[in-house]
Amino acid sequence: MTDHDVDYGDVQGMVRFGYKRMTEGSYALVRVRDVEAARAWLRSAPITSAITLDPPPSTAMQVAFTAAGLEALGVSAPVLAEFSPEFLAGLTEDNRSRRLGDVGINAPSQWEWGGPTRVPHLLVMFFAEPGQLDAFVQRTTADAWSEAFDVLGFLGTANFDGVEPFGFADGISQPQIDWSQQRDVSTGVIDYSNVVALGEFLLGYRNEYDKYTDRPLLDAGAASTGLLAAQDAPEKKDLGRNGTYLVMRQLRQDVRRFWQFISAQAGGDPKEAGTLAAALVGRTKAGDPLVPIQEQAIPGVGPQPDQIRLNQFTFDRDPAGVGCPFGAHVRRANPRNTDFPGRPTGLKRLIAALGLGRKEFRDDLMSSVRFHRILRRGREYGPGLSPWDALQPAPPNEQERGLHFICLNANISRQFEFLQSAWMMGTKFSGLTGESDPLLGNREAIPGCPVTDSFLIPEDGSVRRRVSGLPQFVTVRGGAYFFLPSLRALRYFTGA
Amino acid sequence: MTPQSSFMVLAAVNPTREAELRGLLSSMNTEPGRVKPDNALIPFERFDSLHVARLLIVDDRTVDDIRVYGIPPRTYPRYFSFLGDVDGDADAFLAEVARRAPDGLRALFSCCEGFTSGADLVAWMKAHSVPTAAGYVNWRGRTVQQVREEAALRDALEGHIQNHAAALKSLPPKEIHATLQRLVMADVAAGRLTLSPERPTPPGWWLGNLLNLIGVPLFLLLTSPLLIVLAAIGLIRLRRLEKTDPELCHRAAPADSAELALLEDHDVTNQFTAMGSLKPGIVRLWIAIFVLLIIDYAARHVYKRGGLARVRSIHFARWVFLDNRQRIIFLSNYDGSLESYMDDFINKVGFGLNVVFSNGIGYPRTNWLLLNGCSDERKFKEYLRRHQMPTQVWYKAYPGLTAVDLERNVRIRQGLESSSMRDDDAAQWVALL
Repeated sequence: MTDHDVDYGDVQGMVRFGYKRMTEGSYALVRVRDVEAARAWLRSAPITSAITLDPPPSTAMQVAFTAAGLEALGVSAPVLAEFSPEFLAGLTEDNRSRRLGDVGINAPSQWEWGGPTRVPHLLVMFFAEPGQLDAFVQRTTADAWSEAFDVLGFLGTANFDGVEPFGFADGISQPQIDWSQQRDVSTGVIDYSNVVALGEFLLGYRNEYDKYTDRPLLDAGAASTGLLAAQDAPEKKDLGRNGTYLVMRQLRQDVRRFWQFISAQAGGDPKEAGTLAAALVGRTKAGDPLVPIQEQAIPGVGPQPDQIRLNQFTFDRDPAGVGCPFGAHVRRANPRNTDFPGRPTGLKRLIAALGLGRKEFRDDLMSSVRFHRILRRGREYGPGLSPWDALQPAPPNEQERGLHFICLNANISRQFEFLQSAWMMGTKFSGLTGESDPLLGNREAIPGCPVTDSFLIPEDGSVRRRVSGLPQFVTVRGGAYFFLPSLRALRYFTGA
Repeated sequence: MTPQSSFMVLAAVNPTREAELRGLLSSMNTEPGRVKPDNALIPFERFDSLHVARLLIVDDRTVDDIRVYGIPPRTYPRYFSFLGDVDGDADAFLAEVARRAPDGLRALFSCCEGFTSGADLVAWMKAHSVPTAAGYVNWRGRTVQQVREEAALRDALEGHIQNHAAALKSLPPKEIHATLQRLVMADVAAGRLTLSPERPTPPGWWLGNLLNLIGVPLFLLLTSPLLIVLAAIGLIRLRRLEKTDPELCHRAAPADSAELALLEDHDVTNQFTAMGSLKPGIVRLWIAIFVLLIIDYAARHVYKRGGLARVRSIHFARWVFLDNRQRIIFLSNYDGSLESYMDDFINKVGFGLNVVFSNGIGYPRTNWLLLNGCSDERKFKEYLRRHQMPTQVWYKAYPGLTAVDLERNVRIRQGLESSSMRDDDAAQWVALL
């Protein structure tokens, strides 16, 4: 192994795997009660690495820390200060809440956890194959656990077999990580690719700018001997290397409200309701895109026929949004564009670079998506509800359902926050106005824009249809920014 | 066409009055970052020609950076500045604001050095005006009145489409266009909508613009023998400087970043103010002067309709030399959040950023002036954040509207008013609605 290769044994497994076979999961949010006990528990905790095992493990445990958590564990202030500003400031800062749409009933003051008062120190993730979770949790939370931590809560998860609570196939488009670091981004990228530089998802490696994302680099010394050297500064020890940032948000989904609204808009016609719901999401319930797949292969898509069917497409041939509306959830989340729209070369590229070739209103409106990809690792929670049952009124004391949204990224502000603020919550995304994400939007007015609750469906050769009065379907119930350390960094934190 | 112009009044703050000045400035807001458009000092909303305005205390946190060159930092006063972008003549605006908000202006300026109670406001503001080295206007000729009329037009069309949805649905685009045209004409006739015709271009401005169009290239052509020699010498020197100039791209203090964040993201548009010292030496100074001349020329004659090169999110921007050209201040009004603004910069006009900002102390290392530099994303973002300063009061005449919104509304209005449309043009127009 050279310094260039990734030591999978040092990376927490969830960066590489979704642990799909481990259908049971639980997230423990805890605060450190006793530092020494916490360190001791962490030293003996069976944290799963990204190494492939044969046979594969049937349980997995991952651990991540908030800034307050690292402080509670005794990480020194100068080291802590080198983590990213957004991680240190946390998810609930006022300006951040404005940008992320965490206002109104989404405001952190309303949260069940992560808000001003109930900030976790650690997120401990437990995953297990069916029937094994309870025993796994019990086994691993014995000994020092109760002495070490105050438990804010265990968040349960549910398994809907790859379908999210509204009833749509989920998690079908993920970036493919360039583990071997072969991607060349030195001259700009004009073709959409699903392969994304390793440095976008793991600290310590080159990112899509061909640079290293900021992370704590330590002077060589007794405490840091166990850490790897920084690739870009070999005299320094890289505390970030093989670690990354983890964003977690608990999103309650009002499935009844969603399908009842859709059904009312469709005049009760189930087929029409399906079409409208697909327009909002940007995919059919089975996950098929609303624009035809292309013949040309996309790097990082396939070779499985299913992957090609679901993901071998861009929106280049749908410039008017008549196939997939501009504001559709998946088009906002990944517009599948590149550094230079229209793939110009030679002189045309020079003209495009100078901004002189623009003709249509929507030309070149968006930032290139390769700088804004995230790796999603969330899980659903609560009882399932079919679209059909969702049309019935809710029984009293209905249990909450939704998504524990989790994403991994090396640069929270450029990846998760940009995506959430400019593209999901952005009322001006892609030349639109008066709407935010049809699923995630909070429908709150902003100065000068009293209306943000509509949804535009362009129609070929005719006047667009505007769906008005979308209710809020998703409510933020909690959240925090975490650091998902490498196993070496974990040993550094715990003094092992 | 009514051209836009800009003004910037700048005066040293009387140190004993700074606290009072800050109090006055915060009285113009409902909360930090949110202006009272009808505040008692300068009721911005009553000035029909005013697009954007800001009042700030110019406080450069990076004056000490020059120490990296072994030069002791100079002491500059803290300045107070009042600036804005207006339709028509800037002097006329200054006269108007002096006439209609004399008490507010006097209260503010009395906190500055050299302002006496007997001073003539207009004369004092003109005497304390600083010229723009390079200015950018998103859409030359689009007045505040036009912005508002076109926004109202769009709202009216929205209503018509809603009310006639069924009828419009069965029509081909040309008929949709004709139908909506009839409905809007009825609105105009009934006085529900106003679509004012463009005013004639002031002959003096037109002539000046023409002279600039011809004059700048002519001047460059005539002086080209000299310029080529200077450029060759300068380039050799520049290459050496590029390799040795120190970078200062460490992170801004968290408290400073928090203070800036407090003021941002209240509207879909944000203000941005950043300042720094030029690198020492005549080569950097002349590069900066030359580059800003070219940018000003390009903004005036090329990028005058909706985009500064590929960036479509800037409403107004300007670069201004201060303190005998030792320092430079950049002020802009942009859509979206700071992060997306910086991404746009890096990914779409990186070369343009490098040629200007790399003459500032501490900028990430460039290569041949155009290359690298801001492509080191992290360093560039830290550099910019370090140089950013709070803007205490910021006003925009049309909250909620982005530059792209304004462009769409212009296109809608232009299409609506065109009497003959081909089928595909009509389809394009309908798609804008």
